[in-house]
Amino acid sequence: MKITKGVVISEPGSTALEETGSWRTFRPEIRYEKCIRCMICWNYCPEPAIEKKPGEEYPVANQKLIKMPVPVINYQYCKGCGICVNECPTKAIDFVREEK
Amino acid sequence: MPMMMLKGNESTAYAAKLARVKVVPAYPITPSTVFPEKVSELIANGEMDAEFLPVESEHSALSAAIGAAATGVRTMTATASQGLAFMNEILYIASGMRLPIVMAIGNRALAAPVNIWADQQDTMMVRDSGWIHFYAETNQEALDLTIIAFKVSENENVLLPALMGMDAFVLTHTMEPVNVPEQKDVDAFLGEKEINYPVLDPSKPATFGAFVFPEHYMEFRYSQYIAMEHAKKVIDDAFEQFNKIFGRGYSKVSGFQVEDADILFITMGSMTGTARETVRKLREEGEKVGLVKITVFRPFPKDEIIEITKNAKVIAVVDRNISPGFAGAIFTEVAASFTNVKNRPKIIDFILGLGGRDIRVENYEEIYKRSKKAMRGKFEEVQWIDVDEESVKEVEGSL
Repeated sequence: MKITKGVVISEPGSTALEETGSWRTFRPEIRYEKCIRCMICWNYCPEPAIEKKPGEEYPVANQKLIKMPVPVINYQYCKGCGICVNECPTKAIDFVREEK
Repeated sequence: MPMMMLKGNESTAYAAKLARVKVVPAYPITPSTVFPEKVSELIANGEMDAEFLPVESEHSALSAAIGAAATGVRTMTATASQGLAFMNEILYIASGMRLPIVMAIGNRALAAPVNIWADQQDTMMVRDSGWIHFYAETNQEALDLTIIAFKVSENENVLLPALMGMDAFVLTHTMEPVNVPEQKDVDAFLGEKEINYPVLDPSKPATFGAFVFPEHYMEFRYSQYIAMEHAKKVIDDAFEQFNKIFGRGYSKVSGFQVEDADILFITMGSMTGTARETVRKLREEGEKVGLVKITVFRPFPKDEIIEITKNAKVIAVVDRNISPGFAGAIFTEVAASFTNVKNRPKIIDFILGLGGRDIRVENYEEIYKRSKKAMRGKFEEVQWIDVDEESVKEVEGSL
């Protein structure tokens, strides 16, 4: 943050400069081999610090290949609230203590 | 320059007019009510071109002042006592937002018990709010210091709000001859109000007084501290320039008969006149006594106090306020100023004149007598003058 007289912020989007990742005590880590790409974590993340990235092609029930998105955690902004850990239906997200 | 018979509150109203203040949000409270009355009268008469906002509370008055000052216009308000207490939250916002608002205060006691008379407790209560503090001895000073307050407050190295205190009734409601400056001279002194800080502008939206994390809050507080340090020199310069144009000299502290004085009174506000009279009287009797008047309380003129009192053996601080549990506020500041000074004088705090009790020559004579005794021996650090100790001890017990 730029120090100004009177705490004036004249450009929009300054919240992006506050890297809330420094608040974290626990760190969510996705184990992709268990992740079914359901995007429930992405949906629930309040920050939102889980980003939807384009993924590879996967076979679905009828053996057709379709492109599935992949959830990727942005640790610059993830505050470590653990909601994703709680919501993941396959328990694919570990919650590990931050080593600082 | 016309001489006018003005009350203190009218002096500050004329100062607002002469400073070409554009917005005056105010809520009436004794003893400051005459200020908004006079300002609205000046506006209604067409003598003053400004917007008067009759708001619903002091909290709103200063909030509106912040809004007005944030658009870049010269803004002034006035209050006292409970009104200032109600403004407290907004005082810190005004200084944190670095808005050059000027406020006239009719220094009045705080309740309970309810009391509307002279007492400096109210502005001492907001000592740490980041506002510059001026104190007037006379109605002339009230007018001059208000104009000077704008000059200092608006300086780009300062940009802090300023308050100008004058004792309730003794100044606010008492008529004195006041030399009201010519408009052109005040214009020359203050100049057009510069826009030297970011202002509210619909075409360029911005956040003012934003939310700040622990990573940055301290830096903003530090910059307020630096701005207040800058104010020290800016005030000196403004006093000098004012003297050049108007021929009335001011300084943060000013001495009277200090050179060879063993005992020095330190006073602030209207009580100074009586102290000066006492010094004259005691000098005639051959006593080595002098007087130091504080005109600027924030930034505190620490170096000036140490310098001007360097020959004194006893400093008798006169406090028209009390911090229960320690001492009066001016004593605290004066005593702290000497913390790292080797040969320091004895410093005694005298509490008197609370809630409008008159401060008389006899009181100063008593202070002098006690200080002289202290010069040679032990003394109590905090002493109450002109108080019915016996009645209080009957209720509270003795110490």
